[in-house]
This record gives sequence, structure tokens and C-alpha cells, in this order.
Amino acid sequence: MKIVVCVKQVPDTTEVKINPETNTLIREGVASILNPFDMYAVEEAIRIKEKVGGTVIVLSMGPPQVAEQLKETIAMGADEAILVSDRAFAGSDTLATSYALSKAIEKIADVNLVICGKQAIDGDTAQVGPEIAEKIGIPHLTYVKKIEAISETEITLERMNEDGYERVQMPLPGLITVVKEINEPRLPSLKGMMRSKKAEIPIWSAADIDADPAKCGLNGSPTWVKRIFIPEIKCQGEIFSGEPEEQVKFLVNALVGRKIVV
Amino acid sequence: MDYFLTEEQQMIKDLARRIADEKVAPKAAHYDETGEFPWDIMKILADADLFGVYLPEEYGGMGGGVLEQCIVVEELSRACSGVAVSYAASGLGCSPILVLGSEEQKKKYITQVASGKKLAAFGATEANAGSDLAAMETTAVLDGNEYVLNGTKQWITNGGEADIYTVMAVTDKKKGPRGISCFIVEKGTPGFTFGKKENKMGIRASATRELVFDNCRIPKENLLGGKEGIGFIATMRTFDRTRPGIGAQAVGIAQGALDAAVKYSRERVQFGQSISSFQGLQFMLADMATQLEAARALVYATARMIDGGAKNFSKESAMCKLFASDTAMKVTVDAVQVLGGYGYMKEYPVEKMMRDAKITQIYEGTNQIQRHVIALELIKESASKKD
Ligand SMILES: Cc1cc2nc3c(=O)[nH]c(=O)nc-3n(C[C@H](O)[C@H](O)[C@H](O)COP(=O)(O)OP(=O)(O)OC[C@H]3O[C@@H](n4cnc5c(N)ncnc54)[C@H](O)[C@@H]3O)c2cc1C
Repeated sequence: MKIVVCVKQVPDTTEVKINPETNTLIREGVASILNPFDMYAVEEAIRIKEKVGGTVIVLSMGPPQVAEQLKETIAMGADEAILVSDRAFAGSDTLATSYALSKAIEKIADVNLVICGKQAIDGDTAQVGPEIAEKIGIPHLTYVKKIEAISETEITLERMNEDGYERVQMPLPGLITVVKEINEPRLPSLKGMMRSKKAEIPIWSAADIDADPAKCGLNGSPTWVKRIFIPEIKCQGEIFSGEPEEQVKFLVNALVGRKIVV
Repeated sequence: MDYFLTEEQQMIKDLARRIADEKVAPKAAHYDETGEFPWDIMKILADADLFGVYLPEEYGGMGGGVLEQCIVVEELSRACSGVAVSYAASGLGCSPILVLGSEEQKKKYITQVASGKKLAAFGATEANAGSDLAAMETTAVLDGNEYVLNGTKQWITNGGEADIYTVMAVTDKKKGPRGISCFIVEKGTPGFTFGKKENKMGIRASATRELVFDNCRIPKENLLGGKEGIGFIATMRTFDRTRPGIGAQAVGIAQGALDAAVKYSRERVQFGQSISSFQGLQFMLADMATQLEAARALVYATARMIDGGAKNFSKESAMCKLFASDTAMKVTVDAVQVLGGYGYMKEYPVEKMMRDAKITQIYEGTNQIQRHVIALELIKESASKKD
């Protein structure tokens, strides 16, 4: 079983502030982390490997300094990590990103399963995973919360939707994106940390993955960001405090007052 | 203070701290209240490879020594010393095997402890043999190819939870301390059961229980080192190696209490200003921090002395356990004082730390016994000098 996990380096949003004048993220001095949703993907891949054997390859696209952070996944138990990095990729939107990652996955070759986090906490698009699958031409399922059974050719899983969950079977090779309900990512082990210290993270350029320059970076990105802004707060919520009886009284009055309940 | 840890030691410290902060601290109050054994955390420590940090590589460990163990114990103790001692007592239990076990015994048992798959425990104390261990009454009699054990050990840390027990028993009463032998007993051996679990003041996450031997037959190969009469010396040599661990436990508790006290003092406002602005309180905090750092320095220096290959370190080992545990008691009492009435409440962690600190002055030899060891060494040293 050969599993590729796609991860992204993101700013630690618990520390990110927004510049009120420009409405853009203040990234300076903010620590970078691996996208928390992707850690569930790494954990799930390691669990599959522990159960049925195989290798776990972590893949990322980003600036060169991401290589060091990818070592965290090796400390957890991933076998190797690869970084796709090239100036040509600068300014990639989700389409160009998924193009580069899909080319890298094709270069890795013979991959049975690709796992992504459900979305990145900075862009929140949830597009890259499904786009990779479309580009490679394999089936995909999103919002997976449990893997029931897996072999090299088939996966049975549960995926979340608004009213519950679906049980689905999908042939492999394929791609899934996972939600946080699927597992609890492990901490690194000491032996893993030592292995990761010594690990070499290969950096693949656009040429290495045979990428078409027209589809890379800004050239390959049809998305144009016009403006980023914080939606205006048009109304404030009301907080009912006090003893439960009082709160209920407030609530009833509020509902009746607004003619929601008559 | 910078102790110039190696890269590997720093890694161990970072990992232990992360586990302490993320996994132990949130559950410390739960285990304190229920007295449940923290198996989930033991598993996390095992998966993180922390059980092997102080054990030799040839037996599945990471090749570190006493300092590595102290680092883990200290970090865990910052969050919960009941968890820390459950981890440390496994080291105590396998230490006799490490110092005087045969090659086969080391291969068989230390590897299991190093992986964290099994916990170990150490059984010397009895109802009538505390500080005076030579007064123990548990007996072992050779019968064919087996030893038959009879007697009851009391207050054994990890009792009932551990799989591997090093147990002291009298094989020849006439010989006094030289008639005590050490046996390796596995959980599940017929005739070996567990008595009552104690309800304790502190370190309540840890299990403290009786070991009951009723015609318990164990194979002759489980006599430590294949030799009768080395139980007492194995115990003394074990304590020399493990007392810095108790020191580290004390340092960790004190650090946890100091951190909580400093943080609280900056937040609490009285007389219109944060209480940290009062010199009376600042001086308390300064003393706490200074004593704590001195204790840590003594623990680390002793650990390094042992790991460096020193022959005799009974005195230093006793000193660091004594000083660190007395410091932890003082610092935790003062931490409660800094928090005032809030410090007395279970919503804040310092009252637990104060209860937890007390045991470090008692087990692995009370602090009176430590002073006794130190004084004996002083007198020996002086007597051996020709003037
Ligand atoms: C929570 C807990 C966990 C423990 N875990 C273990 C374990 O895993 N394995 C194990 O074998 N034991 C364990 N013990 C036992 C522990 O090591 C003993 O309690 C300790 O050695 C003291 O013995 P004692 O309690 O019988 O006190 P005693 O020896 O009865 O001492 C009572 C008082 O007399 C003082 N005293 C005694 N002799 C002298 C002297 N010569 N000079 C001056 N003062 C003296 C002592 O300092 C103390 O203040 C544990 C105990 C506790 C409470």
C-alpha cells in the first residue's frame, strides 16, 4: 500500500491578526505550522500503514523552509517527505497548486491512496484535494470520518454530510479528504524525532515533475483576488445572563417581542 | 539556568514537556480525584519511547543514563507527579536487574521495560521494615528448582499494575542484611496476589499496593544475578541510582508550583495593583526560584556524576534527594501562600502540588535516613584520610 498525504504549511491562525487598514493578514512574526486538518490525514495514513503495511509519503508544495517543518511528519512515523518548490509556483491558486501536486504524485507513481485534510485553515477553500483527484483521473470522496476497511484496490468508509453520514465503497487508487472526527493525531516519538533529524527532504522543481510552465504559479491561476475584507458586523448577538429561570423569561420575551412566537 | 544539555537530551526534554502540557496537565485533577491508574498516559509515554531513555541500547533502550531519566521525571512532575512516579517506579523496579542481574535476566526483563510494554515495580518495604529494611520478614526457601516465597510487601508503587516485580526476601536469617536476596517475580505467578490499594494524601494517580506471597513458587533462574545474599546491596545500589530521580520529581513539582505562583501574582489585583508589585511577595518568589534552581543544579550535577562513571555516589545521591525534596515542600507551601485562599482550593493546582511534594521527603528513604547516609559517608571519608 503506497499512501501519499498532502500537507500545507499555514500561519498559526491562533496567532494571526488582521491589519484593520489593509484588511490583510499580518504574517510577519507569526509562527508557521502544518495545517491542523492535514495532521489527521498524516495520522490516518500511519494507522493504515500499521494495519495493512506499506509506505507513507508526505507531499507539500511551498517555499524551501517548509522542508524543515515536514520533518514533523517523519517524527510521527511517515516514511519520507517530499517538497515541491520552485519560483515558478509563486502565486498559485488552488488550480495551479493541485496541478503541481498531481504532477508530483504521478512522479511518485503507483500510489494507491492520496489523503488530504478537509481544507487548509488559511484559505478554507477545500478545493485542492478534489482537484488533484480530477487532474490525475481517480475517484475521490470528501469529509471522511472513518475508514472501515481498506485494501490496495478498495476502500469502505463513512463520510459526513449535513444530516448524518454516508457509508461508501470506492475503488482504489483514489483520493479522500478527512475531517477531524476521524482520529486523534499522535505525538512524535523520540526515535521518530531522531530519524527525522537525519532525514533528507528532497526538493522537486517544476522541471523535476515535468510541469507545463503555462499551468504553474500565476500563469496557471485563473483566480484573481480583488479585495480581502472582514464582513461588517451588522448586528450584535444578545447574551442572556442570570439564573436559568430569568434567562428563559428573557428568551420568551425576545421571541414574542420579535413576533417569532405568537 | 542553562545546563548545556546535549541535542538528544533537549529533544527528550521538549517531548516530555509537550506530553506533560498537552496530555498530562488536563487530566491531573481527574486522576488526583479518582485515584485511577493513568494507563492512557503510560501508553503515550511508551509510544513516545520515553521508557527507554535511561536504559542501555543493548537492552532496547536509547542508551542514556540517570540525567535522561531525571529530565523526563522533572517535566512530567511539573504537570502531575503521580504520573511521573508511575513512570519512574518502573525504572526503580528494573534497576536491581540493571545493576546486578545476569545477562539473561537483563535481556529478558529490561527489554520489556524499555519498550514500555510492561511496567516494573520494586518491593522492599514491609509493615515492620521501613527505614530498617534489614528487619524484613518475607522469606524465600529453595525447594528443588524453585524458590518458595512467603510474606507481604507494603506500599509498593505500581503494585497491581506492573508485570515485573523485583522483590527482596530473606534467604538466610542468620546472616542479617547479607541474608537478603532479590527475586524477579512476574504478575500472574500462582501464590502472588495483591492486597489493598492505599488511599493517599498525594501522588494519587500512582498505585500503592500490597504484594502478597503465599507459597509462591518461582523458578530458580529468577534469583537476581543467580546469587543469594545480594538483595540488600542491590537495594542500596539501586537507591544510589534512583534517588536523583526523586530529586527530579521534587524539582518538577516545585517548578510547577513556582510557575503557577508567578502567573497568579501578576493577575491578582489587591489594593489597586497586582500583588506581584508587593515587595513582600516578590521576595518570596525570588527565594522560591533561587532554592529551586539550586536544587535542580544539585540533581543534575549528581546525575552527571553517576553517568560519568563515578564509583561511589551514595553521599551526593542522598544530598540531592534531601535538598530537592525539602525545597519542594517549602516552595509548594509558599506557592499556596502566594495564591492565598484560592491556593487552598482544588480549582487551582498548587494545593495538589503541596500534597504531592510531601512524599518526596519520605520514600526511597526518609530525609532523616538521607542525612544519616550523608553523615556516615562524611565520617568514612574523614576516617580514611591519613593526617
Ligand atoms: C506512597 C508511597 C510509596 C512507596 N513506594 C514504595 C515502593 O515502591 N517500594 C518500596 O519498597 N517501598 C515503598 N514505600 C515505602 C517507603 O520507602 C517507606 O515508607 C520509607 O522508607 C519509610 O519507612 P516507614 O514508612 O516505615 O517509616 P519508619 O521507618 O517507621 O520511620 C518513621 C519515622 O522515624 C524516622 N526514623 C526511622 N529510623 C530513623 C533513624 N535511624 N534515625 C532517625 N530517624 C529515623 C523516619 O525518618 C520517620 O520520620 C512507599 C511509601 C509510600 C508512602
